[in-house]
Amino acid sequence: MELRKSYFADQRTDDLHEIGQPRPRSDSPGHVTGKTAYFADRNFPGMLHLKMVRSPHHHARIRSIDTSEAQKHPGVVKILTAKDVPHNVYTILILIQIGPEDETVLADGKVRWKGEAVVAVLAETERAAQEAAAKVKVDYEVLPAVFDMEEALKPSAPVVNEYHGRNYYLYDSGECRKVRFGDVEAGFAGADHVLEQTYQSSPIEHAPTETTGCIVAPEGNDRFTCYTNTQAMFFTLDNASIILQMPGNRLHFVGGTVGGGFGGKVDVIVEPIAILGAKLTGRPVSFIYSREEEMQISSPRAAEKVVIKDGVMKDGRIVARKVTGYTDAGAYSRHSPYGAQKGAGHYPGPYTIPNVWIDTYCVYTNRTPSSAMRGFGVTIGDFALEVQMDKLARLIGMDPLEFRFINAYRDGDIKAHRQPTEGAALIECMQEASRAANWPVAEKFMAISSYAKGA
Amino acid sequence: MAIRRGRGVAAINYPTGMNLGGDPTQALVHSTPTGNFMVTLSSVDLGQGMKQIMAQICAETIGVPTDRVIVDTADTDTGPHCMGTFASRGTHRAGNAVIQAAREARQVMLEVAAEELEVNASDLETDGQGNILVKGAPQRSISIFDVALSAHFKRGRSISGRGMFLIPRSYPEKETGAMKPSTCYAHACTVAEVEVDDETGEVTVLTVRNVFEIGRALNPKMVEQQLVGGSWMAISHALYETTEPYYPDRDHGGTDFNQYLMPGPGDLAQTEIIVLERPSADGPFGAKGPGEMCANPQIPAVANAVFDAVGVRIDTLPITPERILRALKAQASN
Repeated sequence: MELRKSYFADQRTDDLHEIGQPRPRSDSPGHVTGKTAYFADRNFPGMLHLKMVRSPHHHARIRSIDTSEAQKHPGVVKILTAKDVPHNVYTILILIQIGPEDETVLADGKVRWKGEAVVAVLAETERAAQEAAAKVKVDYEVLPAVFDMEEALKPSAPVVNEYHGRNYYLYDSGECRKVRFGDVEAGFAGADHVLEQTYQSSPIEHAPTETTGCIVAPEGNDRFTCYTNTQAMFFTLDNASIILQMPGNRLHFVGGTVGGGFGGKVDVIVEPIAILGAKLTGRPVSFIYSREEEMQISSPRAAEKVVIKDGVMKDGRIVARKVTGYTDAGAYSRHSPYGAQKGAGHYPGPYTIPNVWIDTYCVYTNRTPSSAMRGFGVTIGDFALEVQMDKLARLIGMDPLEFRFINAYRDGDIKAHRQPTEGAALIECMQEASRAANWPVAEKFMAISSYAKGA
Repeated sequence: MAIRRGRGVAAINYPTGMNLGGDPTQALVHSTPTGNFMVTLSSVDLGQGMKQIMAQICAETIGVPTDRVIVDTADTDTGPHCMGTFASRGTHRAGNAVIQAAREARQVMLEVAAEELEVNASDLETDGQGNILVKGAPQRSISIFDVALSAHFKRGRSISGRGMFLIPRSYPEKETGAMKPSTCYAHACTVAEVEVDDETGEVTVLTVRNVFEIGRALNPKMVEQQLVGGSWMAISHALYETTEPYYPDRDHGGTDFNQYLMPGPGDLAQTEIIVLERPSADGPFGAKGPGEMCANPQIPAVANAVFDAVGVRIDTLPITPERILRALKAQASN
């Protein structure tokens, strides 16, 4: 890595002692010698193991659940169903007033995705829990499912989630988050070229080294200590408190070094049910995802579809941009309404465009609920925007890097969401990339600045 | 049939912190009896080194070496509220809270030192090595060790401070979308070079040259580990990964690392990282959050390089050999 101090030298004083120093990390020796403790390194006497009975169907009504055979399985201590969960219907962003509550801790009457948790089995060993889970009999009436966002948005589509009543999230702005700036249709009408393209992504997995999980120990004072690898301690504690209808002062969450998060550990899934198990049995409970659960059950990054329509002039100026973004939330909201809304604030990218129209939708389908992942709301948008930029440059016969210089935002430019640009540095990044990659651009582009007047 | 080479570029920006703000983080700082400093948080270290960077921020603010600072975090019985470690917010939000708490503690520390040295606190400065000196007369000094002892056992002062950082929440205007998503943005530009085998559809990423503007590199080594890791993750995202290979079809999802493809060490490109620093107005020492954005620009840069190499656009992620071969076939039949 190289620090290029010649850029922005007038924006900065380099007079710090501890900051800017490449100090070795105090936790590195523990990591590389295997001495760092993770939550799962704890082992309590009498600890139970929790395994889930999961839906084999994408969408089905639950006619009945029979746990009698599983109850008799050697080593089984407790079996939990929806009726055992005090506040079974929840949504995590209710803490920042983003509702409605739309998801069940344990399925109640219906499953909406393949893999959804239906029954929790607590047993003396992981093996006993797994074997007993296989003996739980659930009678399903399979329902039509919808997997494609376009299909889901049609009026004839089966409703995925009755708590929404429609297959998209309803914002205060309506069926999507909107940004309107200038007159996009006039921009297209006056453009030399108009290009509309569609981009698509598939769900991906966070793939942390350490899978999601927690161990809960009941304390003697009627409190519960939850050792967890969540990325957000109080967010998880407060949601657990709501789900369990248990005052927060009875919960003690202990984290530590996490073996990789990438956004995969900000859903509140394992902790509430493990605490409930510990409460109802009076014994420590371990609930740790297998690798298969981490890959197919825990939330992935949402699949997205992004449609971009641009109006561009022969001289390289983008005069209008319309973006329609679709986020595949799967069966439940989790963090997806937030992610889709983040996209609305991010488009049209780091470029100054006078006419912009943005609609971002959060769509429900019968698949594993998606949620937070490194850059969600932006990452796929940037893929779409920057491939589109390459296509536009080639369409007008211009160098792709020079094309970006022409449109790059600078301090003071008003963005589509009506904030003035501050602290821009796109131009300087491109200038340095031009040098580092030996990708020459016209001298005039090497002389401009994100902030200096007259440059 | 041939190996064809191409290159592509992409440029991006990325907001720091939770979209639209409203995401608080608190910190507490206090001194031990012998002048070490404890930072108490409830933020989570995900392996990116958050504890280390909070120690450096506290040390810089108080004016002591980093090894005099201990970070206690991720315990809800001791640590004050943090919204969480996500949204490129850890360094920016918690760092600002630590600065505020450390400034308050530093002020008490200087007041106690002033009483011991019989001067005004405003005439004192720290030397960064564990001592407090009279400005312009450095021979008059006292160690922070002695100041802490005095505060505890003689003067009954708590060398401590409270810090809180919150960007007020912005609510988007319904019709126009007027809003304030973030207060500062990191930037990047990436140039990727690839080779594409037009017989097998396989892509080899040869080089990735990344320029990142991140406000301030608080610890350059830790910045490097995150930016290199992010760059690799993006290549994996561009070319390999998906839990649903035939999305929206739900079948064929991988359930382990044999089935879920990720690059091995031999698949990683030569990676160059260049960092620029334009300090942000509200970042701790100007820092922005590069944690997420560093895994973004490589994806379109690789996609554009594939087009440059073989002349087909793959507008669906991941850019698999199957998709490339199907596109080449379609191109040949046109």
